[in-house]
Amino acid sequence: MAFSLRLNGESREVQAEAGTPLLWVIRDELKLTGTKFGCGVAACGACTVHLDGQPVRSCQTYIEDAEGSEVTTIEAIQDNKIGSAVQQAWVELDVVQCGYCQSGQIMSAVGLLRENAKPTADEIDEYMHGNACRCATYQRIRAGIQRAAEILEA
Amino acid sequence: MTMNTSRRNFLKSAAATGAVLMVGLRPNGALAASGSGTSAQLTPFVKISADGTVTAIVKHFEKGQGPATGLSTLIAEEIGLRMDQISYEFAPSNPEIYNNLFFGPFQGTGGSTAMANSFMQYRNAGAAAREMLLTAAAEAWGVDPGSLRIEEGVIIGAGQSASLGDFVAAASKLTPPETPRLKEPSEFRLIGNPAVRRLDSPIKVNGSAMFAMDLHLPNQMVVMIARPEQRGGLATGFDDTGAKDVKGFLQAAILPNKAGVAVYAENTWAAMQARDALSVEWDLSSAETRGSDEIKSEIMAALEAEPSYNVLQSDQSATRSALDDAAQVVEQTFYFPLLAHAPMEPLNCTIEATEDGRIVLHDGAQMPTGPHMALSQIFELPMEKIEVRTMLAGGSFGRRATPDADYQVEAALAFVMTDRSRPVKLVWSREDDLRSGYYRPAFGHKVRVGIDDAGGIVGWDHRIAGQSIMKDTPFEAMVVKDGVDHSSVEGASDTPYQIPGVFMGLTDTKKATSTLWWRAVGHTHTAYVMEVMMDMVAQAAGQDPVQYRLQYLQDGTDQARMASVLKLAAEKAGWGSAPEGRSQGVAVHKSFGSYVAEVVEVSGDPSDGIKIEKVTCAVDCGIAVNPDVIKAQMEGGIGYGIGHNMRDQITLSGGAVDQFNFPDYEPLRIGDIKEIDVHIVDSNEAPTGVGEPGTPPAAPALANAISAIGGPRLSALPMVEHGVNFA
Repeated sequence: MAFSLRLNGESREVQAEAGTPLLWVIRDELKLTGTKFGCGVAACGACTVHLDGQPVRSCQTYIEDAEGSEVTTIEAIQDNKIGSAVQQAWVELDVVQCGYCQSGQIMSAVGLLRENAKPTADEIDEYMHGNACRCATYQRIRAGIQRAAEILEA
Repeated sequence: MTMNTSRRNFLKSAAATGAVLMVGLRPNGALAASGSGTSAQLTPFVKISADGTVTAIVKHFEKGQGPATGLSTLIAEEIGLRMDQISYEFAPSNPEIYNNLFFGPFQGTGGSTAMANSFMQYRNAGAAAREMLLTAAAEAWGVDPGSLRIEEGVIIGAGQSASLGDFVAAASKLTPPETPRLKEPSEFRLIGNPAVRRLDSPIKVNGSAMFAMDLHLPNQMVVMIARPEQRGGLATGFDDTGAKDVKGFLQAAILPNKAGVAVYAENTWAAMQARDALSVEWDLSSAETRGSDEIKSEIMAALEAEPSYNVLQSDQSATRSALDDAAQVVEQTFYFPLLAHAPMEPLNCTIEATEDGRIVLHDGAQMPTGPHMALSQIFELPMEKIEVRTMLAGGSFGRRATPDADYQVEAALAFVMTDRSRPVKLVWSREDDLRSGYYRPAFGHKVRVGIDDAGGIVGWDHRIAGQSIMKDTPFEAMVVKDGVDHSSVEGASDTPYQIPGVFMGLTDTKKATSTLWWRAVGHTHTAYVMEVMMDMVAQAAGQDPVQYRLQYLQDGTDQARMASVLKLAAEKAGWGSAPEGRSQGVAVHKSFGSYVAEVVEVSGDPSDGIKIEKVTCAVDCGIAVNPDVIKAQMEGGIGYGIGHNMRDQITLSGGAVDQFNFPDYEPLRIGDIKEIDVHIVDSNEAPTGVGEPGTPPAAPALANAISAIGGPRLSALPMVEHGVNFA
């Protein structure tokens, strides 16, 4: 079936079966590989993208549910003021290790800062709970979000 | 020579024309260089193009532990560059040139050795390149080379200045110095500089980093493997009627070794659905049928029997009589379950055939020589016809290095059954990773420690039983001595503690699963036992746990270094003065040449929930090449040790793994540890490991803190299964 998507500000036509997770449309059909496959059951957050500005797990979001919505992936997050601040903070603090989960971490962090411009450590822990990092970069993720909040405040 | 490069580096290299100065080593270890004009084959550590582009050729894979940055730093330091003037490529597979110096003729990353075995190699290569460039410039300018230097990529001195690229052509015709002058530590600008950032951060925050999973070759097929629930089961037939209803499904075929059924599809989602729809008949007659309880029973029984090996060749009767005469005996039995590595990027690799008859493997290859040799056998091609292109790896923790190259062999077998016209990308799901994987083996320990009236240790009887990792692998000859697999006892048999009257026995139990090194290998259980026992003995002696340990670290440099991290961690943690409502636990351990002490501070209680408030860490890993990467590795190592021991285990029922995915192998989450504070000991010793040494002390320090706050002495893991809840 043909589906039309708004992806990173552009209209895209894709051929896919109904019920195909948005994750695999983005990765295999549209060849944007910054969005990662980690578990397939919405338990790790590596596949997080934004649907109309809200973080969702793309492994559990079907292509038909994304039609008509604006999909944003890590590849376009620098166009957003918050996204660019988070990326800057992440590089300043060298948050990443293996880096495989970090697209998802950043997409969730942007979602948090959009709702809460100055989150406390506890608020960060609560919001980011679903984004797993097997390298355990959590301390720097927490610091990175607070640093991004500072950058945005300045 | 073909190398895997990031797109940015590829474009840079493609733009560069003309001469290239490459400096590396000959197979005999001598420094060698070759310019574009020579015919000599050279596999370099550094490559400098005529446009001045400097590229470090990194022989270790990057799974987040930092070698891409670290080895590039060594080259940049010795040449005289800023970090933004160097980039990196991963080395091709070449076990003669890019071997790990600690592994023999074998290229691979493991045992936290990347920096330790590369430190002098890469510095020498960088220093030789510097001297050759300066000699070329000095000749052109008619000045003494000693009057010239390279600063921030510019050759300066004698009133002149020029960019590196200007002298690449001339330098590439020179013979490299046999022993280039290395910079003195006082001259270091990059080594030890905490402001040096990771080279791979920018590509990992914008989605452009290419992991093996992200490779999409034209016309590729995606393959997933249907595997038996019980290890050792063999496929005898299948019905793919259901799979044929999946759009994008291509075909299914039993692997030549019958270990599973390969499902070929046009894309990943189709492969997943088709595999789910496949029904496979298995021959389970030689499959594992035991459950975890039986595995545990065998280990526990072995602890009570006479051990197979006297690990230290010590006098068992002396230990026995010391314990008989002791004023008090402290005794504890421990059990450690199977653990999966669960790297964030599920295992995968891609294989393609080239038009000129070569086979190319694209892989986040931890030990390239393993799959290189395996593919050479499977495809019946000489080694030079097989190319391994190392890509970024989304974590590993040991999982991407198996002695039998398990997933690369699966991909090769799936590929060999095709007409080879389409590349095959093998993809594992998280379920494959947790269920069909290789595990940290289960281990048991039983320890009896005798103390005298003053609380001093008079005898230490230590029995260990579990499944050997190294036996029946190519590493057996290197690691197994007199029947003792060192990886079963490391950290206990070679502890820096000077303990009198030690007897240590080891018994191997039957392998129920594929055993594999898991971040810190044997230290994952030996450190726990040593450090919980030291705590229990100190408590029985009525003494402070830090002071008690220091009594056994009196003489020798090994002991002094261990004592110094212990004192530093205690001082930085405010040992003994925890805030109201909090308790502390401590552990210190040497592994992979490095010394790490950790103090864990907890609040709460075991029934309502323990909260990990703070972990304070002190590490001595010799020269700290990149202090911030070292801190990150300690933070990560602590998280890895604490997370698994809090709540993870792999269990078997009737030979089948009980866990499926992250919901029942729950990762450490962001709120689990509120703060980690790492301190690095100043040192001029040679660099030692950092990827693993942060892990071993973390769980015992937590266990000791839980005991200190009134919780149980945790002698079996994971903690949540043995009476402790976490907030």
